[in-house]
Parts: sequence; C-alpha cells; structure tokens
Amino acid sequence: MSAVTTEERLIAAIADLITAPHPHPVRHAAVGAASPIPAHAVLLARHRGADIRLSLLQKRVGNPFTEGTRELFDLAGQGRIDLFFLGGVQIDGSANINLLGTGSPPGSAARLPGNFGAPFMYLTVPRTILFREEHSPRVLVPKVDYVSAPGVSPPGVFRRGHAQALVTGRCVFAFDPVRARFTLAALHPGETRASVRSATGFDYDEPAEVPLTRAPSEDDLAALRGPIRAALEDTYPAFCARVFGAKAA
Amino acid sequence: MTVPLLDLDALAARVPDGATVALPPDTSLCPVALAAALIRRGARNLHLIGVPVSGFATDLLIGAGCVARLTTSAVTLGEAGLAPRFTAAFRAGTVVIEDWTCPAVHTALQAAEKGVPFLPLRGLIGSDLVAARTDWRVIDNPFSAAPDSIVLVPALSPDVALIHAALADRAGNVWVGRRRELATIAHASKATLVTVERVVEGNLMEDERMAPGVISSLYVSAVAVAEHGAWPLGLLDLYGPDQAAIESYARAARTEEGFRAWLATNLPLTARSADVASAAA
Repeated sequence: MSAVTTEERLIAAIADLITAPHPHPVRHAAVGAASPIPAHAVLLARHRGADIRLSLLQKRVGNPFTEGTRELFDLAGQGRIDLFFLGGVQIDGSANINLLGTGSPPGSAARLPGNFGAPFMYLTVPRTILFREEHSPRVLVPKVDYVSAPGVSPPGVFRRGHAQALVTGRCVFAFDPVRARFTLAALHPGETRASVRSATGFDYDEPAEVPLTRAPSEDDLAALRGPIRAALEDTYPAFCARVFGAKAA
Repeated sequence: MTVPLLDLDALAARVPDGATVALPPDTSLCPVALAAALIRRGARNLHLIGVPVSGFATDLLIGAGCVARLTTSAVTLGEAGLAPRFTAAFRAGTVVIEDWTCPAVHTALQAAEKGVPFLPLRGLIGSDLVAARTDWRVIDNPFSAAPDSIVLVPALSPDVALIHAALADRAGNVWVGRRRELATIAHASKATLVTVERVVEGNLMEDERMAPGVISSLYVSAVAVAEHGAWPLGLLDLYGPDQAAIESYARAARTEEGFRAWLATNLPLTARSADVASAAA
C-alpha cells in the first residue's frame, strides 16, 4: 500500500478522538461543506465499529434533510446532534474561535466569510472537535480579534458541551473547559515539543511524556481508499481526487 | 387572486429600489437569472438578506452596485473561495454589512411567519455578535427557576423573497422539492417572486405526491420562466453547479474590470447596466 498521506493521518487522528471514551458518546455527527477530513474521520470511526449516523449538510442529491439547514439548527437546538466540527481564521488558548475576520475592527486586516452557525452550534452541540490544518502563530493566537463563539461560558448560560480537542497539521491538543486551557496530547510525525511551542501563539500545558499521533492501520487505509472514498466522492470530489488520486475506471 | 406569469424583466421590475430582499444560499434554489435581470434594470440600494448565508448571486449584485446593505451569516463561493466583490465592498465600505448567524436568520423569519414580534434562540451568548446586534435582547428565561440567559431575535419580514424553483403550475403554485426551508422565506416575506425552469399543466397542490414540496400560490406574487435560471449554480437533481464557471468568476472578479468582463461574456444581457453602474461610480 502506498505511503500514508498527511490527510490520512489527520483523518485517523480525528477518528481516534471520535471513538475515545467520553461522557457523551457520538450517535449523530453533522459535517459541512468545508470539512472533508472530518467527514472521512466520521466514516472511519464507523468502519472501526462505532454506530454513528453522519449527516452531510452539503450532499446535493440524497441530502439528509428536507428543510435545509433550518432543520440542522433545530436538531442541534434539541440536542439531537452529538458532534460537530468547527475551525476558524483564529483560535485562541481558551478555545475561542473567530470565523469573521482579523484586525481591529474585525475584518480590517482580513475579512473572512462570516460566523455561519458557529455561535449557536458551539453551545448547543455536546462535543466539538476544532480542526485547522494551518498551525502557525497567526492562527493559534493568545486572544482572538473577534469572538464568533466562546470556548467556555459562565454559569447561567446554557451550554451542552465544549471543544473536546483541537487538531492541527502539527499536533493534537486536548481541551479542559474547567481551566479553559489546552494541553499538548499528541505530536504528528516530524514534530517536536519545541517545534509545536514555537508555532503556537497561545500558552498551553505540556505533560512530561507526549506520545506520537497514532498512524492509520493498514485496514484503515484500505477502508479510506476504498468504500469511504466511494461514499464521499460526490460530496468532496476535489478533495478525494487530490488525496486518494484518480478514481479507478 | 391570480398569480401573473410574466417575462423575466417584468418580474425584476417588481423589486423596487431600496427593497429588503431575501435570497436563498447557492445550494438551495438561488435565482441567478433573476439577479442578472435586477442588474439589467439597474436596481439600487437593495438590502439583501442571506437566508442564512450568501454566495454567487449576492456577489454579482454587490459588484454591479445594486446593494446598499447586506444582512447575512457568511458570504462565500464555497470551493471557489471568498466572494471577491463582497470582499472588495467590505474593504471600501460601500456596503453596510450586518453579520448574523445562520439559526438567527431562520428564527427571525419563523417569528415573522408566525406573526409574533420575536422568538428566543439558544446559544450565541458570549459571541461578539450579540453585542453588535443592538436590536436583539438577552433576557432571563421567565419559565426557569435557575438563572438562564437567552437571546430574543426580532421578527424579520423581507419586502420580497426571490426564488428559482423547478416547476410552477398555471395557478402559481411552485415546486421546490425537498428544499422546504424556502417555504419559510415565502411565508415570512411580504411578496415572493419566483423564476422556474418550466410551467406545467395541472395543479401541483392537488397532486398528493408533489404537494409536500410545493409553496402554495397563496404566497406567490408572480412567476417567470428562466430556463437554467440557477446557472452557474445547481438546481436540486436537475443540474449540478458549473464549477468551472464559478471558479472562472472567482478569479476574474478579483478586479472591477475582470468582474465586468466576466458579466459581459457570461451573462451578456447584464453588461449594459454594469457599464452604466461603473460610469455612475
């Protein structure tokens, strides 16, 4: 089997997080247009035996909903979506996320598309995995320029859960909502504690021993390159072609 | 009351300058040909509402100088990247941007369709969004014994909703298929103007299999036929998005000149008023 790609490693790392022991098990995950890696991770977790329903929001034919994204937000409002993925142009050390823009006022340095559903989903969905491939001081900042959605909330504010982890192109951070702080949990191949520290703009904790991110197994890779790719090809054609190569005729 | 079947330009003429205009997102029956007709008639000072996000049609209307204000949860061309004329207008300050979040847009329209002044919505508290929306309120849930803050979003009733549906019948019923969230936009808006791929015989509301995907003529103000009226976006399972065309737009529209050239080549009927717009600018 050909060499493991960066994307396949990230998919396997996220699948590990989905199936890791957690007070709130994942029965239903929803994934949006910009999230091919999380979508593949959900299907890999399912391949490994987890009983998870995946709702692909952007599926053009055979979409999971009959009332569009209004139905998605109603489901999340009721607590019927267990896992969602969010990213941002900036993520800070308290897991605040910014999807709107950078600078002061926000957007003056770089204007991004906008908040989407993040201010709602981050508080109504019990588990969020933060994912941003670029791991640099401009993305992982001490304090976001604009809070699209807060990492933690004070008492008296309804919230079902928090970020479980932040996955980047360099490492996995676990998030502790009580302390509102990240801890380095795993290093991707080629990274060191020092390389991650110098690429991270926020402060975080570091245990004495930091394991390597677990690589995908041969079985994982066969599933990703076969049936999982086939299931997601229509929704993420550009991603599948780039990561898994041209489709067999 | 009969629903008139008009030509595309006559339909666009029913959108007055300064109107509040609700538009669906790129993935859900977005009326691109009608947006092009608005550019052709030189529409001005529109307040667009992205339900719940904005994309290609909104970027066209901004680029052509039709838009004064935009209420939306995000503006994006999807895989083709950032919306270039939106980004330029944001930088230049030529369009007032009201940043919302998707479920708040849906909730505001749902309040309007119920005829109530506001609805509560979970989440949002702690986002900088809430402080910026001075028309929203945060109250303590009156039904809870323990402290429980919750956001109230006021009802939003657009002057006009614009939709590109697959089918209409001669009574003015329109079929949107599984995209039933479009009904909420129509219910909440004072008027709904619809382009369709084609007009069919018979009454869609009397067809038990089609009726669940129908917006009743009760809500529809006028209809026009616009074949391939979502192009370069897709329409249900009738046709997919023309990704190459969207990407060529995303590249060209990085500049004002490139935007006008793309319009002239790809939506040629809009070129005249785009020239007028740039001459006036």
